[in-house]
Amino acid sequence: MFRFHRIANFAAKSIRPAIKFTTHDKLETQRYLLITHRFYSNKKKDDKTCRKTEPIKEVDKSKLNPSDCKPRDLKPCKPPESIICDRKPVPSLQECPKPNLMSDMPKPDCAWEAAEARQRQRNRIILLLGALLAALSIGTVFLYLKQKHAPVKEKKIKKKHSTTKKRTAHKIPADAREIPKEVPYLLIGGGTTAFSAFRAIKSADPLAKVLVVSSDGYYPYMRPPLSKEIWYSEDVELTKNLEFKQWNGSQRSLFYEPEDFYTKCKDLLASPNGGVAVARGWSISHIDVVAREAYLENGDVIKYDKCLIATGATPKNLDVFEVAEEEVQDHVTVYRDIYDFEFLNRKLEKVKSVAIIGGGFLGSELACSLAHKMKSNQSLKIYQIFKESGNLGKVLPEYLSFWTTDKVKSLGVEVMSEIEVTAAVPKDGKVRLTLSNGEPLLVDQVIVAVGVKPNTQMAEKSDLEVDPDLDGFLVNTELQARSHLYIAGDSACFYDVKLGRRRVEHHDHAVISGRLAGENMTGAAKPYLHQSMFWSDLGPDVGFEAIGIVDSKLPTVGVFAKATDRDNPKALVTTTDEGLRASSEDEIPDECKKFVSKSAEAQKKTLEKRKALSKPREGDGEDFGKGIIFYLRDDIVVGIMLWNVFNRMQVARQVLQDEKKYDDLNEVAKLFNIHEE
Amino acid sequence: MSHCRRVGPRNKDIIIFATAEDHKVPSTVKLPELEPQPGLILPNGEINWNCPCLGGMATGPCGVEFRNAFSCFHYSTAEPKGSDCFELFKTMQNCMKQYPTLYSKDLGEDEENINMPDQPMPDEPSRTKTQQ
Repeated sequence: MFRFHRIANFAAKSIRPAIKFTTHDKLETQRYLLITHRFYSNKKKDDKTCRKTEPIKEVDKSKLNPSDCKPRDLKPCKPPESIICDRKPVPSLQECPKPNLMSDMPKPDCAWEAAEARQRQRNRIILLLGALLAALSIGTVFLYLKQKHAPVKEKKIKKKHSTTKKRTAHKIPADAREIPKEVPYLLIGGGTTAFSAFRAIKSADPLAKVLVVSSDGYYPYMRPPLSKEIWYSEDVELTKNLEFKQWNGSQRSLFYEPEDFYTKCKDLLASPNGGVAVARGWSISHIDVVAREAYLENGDVIKYDKCLIATGATPKNLDVFEVAEEEVQDHVTVYRDIYDFEFLNRKLEKVKSVAIIGGGFLGSELACSLAHKMKSNQSLKIYQIFKESGNLGKVLPEYLSFWTTDKVKSLGVEVMSEIEVTAAVPKDGKVRLTLSNGEPLLVDQVIVAVGVKPNTQMAEKSDLEVDPDLDGFLVNTELQARSHLYIAGDSACFYDVKLGRRRVEHHDHAVISGRLAGENMTGAAKPYLHQSMFWSDLGPDVGFEAIGIVDSKLPTVGVFAKATDRDNPKALVTTTDEGLRASSEDEIPDECKKFVSKSAEAQKKTLEKRKALSKPREGDGEDFGKGIIFYLRDDIVVGIMLWNVFNRMQVARQVLQDEKKYDDLNEVAKLFNIHEE
Repeated sequence: MSHCRRVGPRNKDIIIFATAEDHKVPSTVKLPELEPQPGLILPNGEINWNCPCLGGMATGPCGVEFRNAFSCFHYSTAEPKGSDCFELFKTMQNCMKQYPTLYSKDLGEDEENINMPDQPMPDEPSRTKTQQ
């Protein structure tokens, strides 16, 4: 389906310039047409005057040829005779000279018929030639497109092959006729956002009939445990039932609601108290926003009163794996849903080495979780490869990122930072990766965790706007794209009145935006004001919650709880001094960088130096165990990270709400009680 | 004593290591109060059917029956409270019996238990790392 859209989009794009060309061309032809037209009209005029000057009635009888008045053959195949004769108003009144020669009788063999046959044959040849030409040109275009899309096609075929072992979504109901064709509430997508939305809808409108069309084969479930808790469970049966133990020990299911909660698709419209039905394994190809109609993948139309798009996002893969041989593809997986989890969980029983590509949340969490799971199996090796200089390098300030990487390493993960995979080839039933540092790495399984792309395939055909920078459907502060149409979750690019235009890919955002969309679909007209948060857990030592804009490029102020009180003023001065000196010598502002060419080695040296400086000095009581990190934009706090500090999110919200410049963020940090448990 | 240093690219990151003693001195910063997120009972006395504390009770297949019974109880002026709602609760129970996997837990419990807004939010994977 995705491929179809991609091709359709591409075709539309490649046709568009062609259309432009033809319109230009048309103008040219129109100019010619105008001229030709003028020519024709002149001729016509001449024709008219000609006829006028030759009055038909006043025919000189003596000059008339006998054949002019011969009995006329009415056979349709005979061509009309001369205009003059034909134009005679009343031919019967005309005197015709005799005799009526037999030789003047029409020949039994109609010459016109022969001529027509010839003409037909000529037409047929032209038609044939035309058809041939058309076929040729279509063929060429097709070939061109095929060539253009060769990698895509290749990838798709291979993907299909490689996922034969991975389960895929079945259509439930299998028959599209069981899916209601006119519903008050239609939710496209069946993840956390949709769940949160239908709960809000049913809360505000108890009798609501909600239809969810989800491409997933499962009822709505939560994804966060898939990279965390679920790997920590020792109970195989529990995991099989897609249940897990929360950090506090209590057991729960990944599913938000059991199957009994939902109404069957075919019963939804007849149900007196309404309900929520989920068409699983089905997708919507596009929407007619004005007619309020959604088109099911098979072309069926579903009419709606209110619609929510919550299509979420799809994991990205890397080119190096997409173009790799089929044998490589069998050892490569992305990681996002239950199918991926089941697939990986099965695979881990057999493999000896796993490479996780990506240093973000998913990659880092998975690396820690798998390391924990494989504690008993010492022979299993886990590599984590990413191009940033430390784990969560796009989120954490550099020093904390370095520190976290050390923690991840201490769990048994072989972390390879500042490294990319440049090639992947099959070798002895494994994958041989070539790394950007020139080293080879042989692994059994590769997990690609390099981020996601919002699912906005339906945007173009549905006339919906997609943000060119942040991606995702553009919506306003009320998460509304158009009248009666809302978008929430990963695929929405919304306007946050405090922090500007954003797109957020976190669980809590799905919950909060889904709820807001649901409320607004039932008439609340509320703006997005309640900030969403997010969290991550990396093994036993690192856990954090954050809110707002948390971007490592921003300047930060971190306030950490000092482990001991052994520092002295002298130590303070020397450390501070050292830090500053390092900067003035080695640091070049970004805007100057293009004028200064620095060797890779020198750059590495700078980084190493920074790394050394970033290390907490235990002798001075420095510790990154617990703290608060403030992220600043124009000196205003736009993001807050609670590092191993829990249940203080309310305070963080208050600080963000304030939108103030603080002279001393240490004073603000005091409000978080970081020294307390 | 607390101390501070700068690190990171272009020294953009400031780290303050604060001692417990320093942080014991009350903060000079006063933060604005946030509008409280509504609990089960809204400030105007009405029931917040969207409260996460209700889980799927108000939205599930017996949501309407639950709401009728719970509203009756909430607004009841009878003595004892809710004694005039017997029929509605019975209807709710009968509905719930049809969905054993969904309501098995709730059926065994006292109805009063539902009236607890402090339950963990059912749609949130818990964040109780400290209890680990």
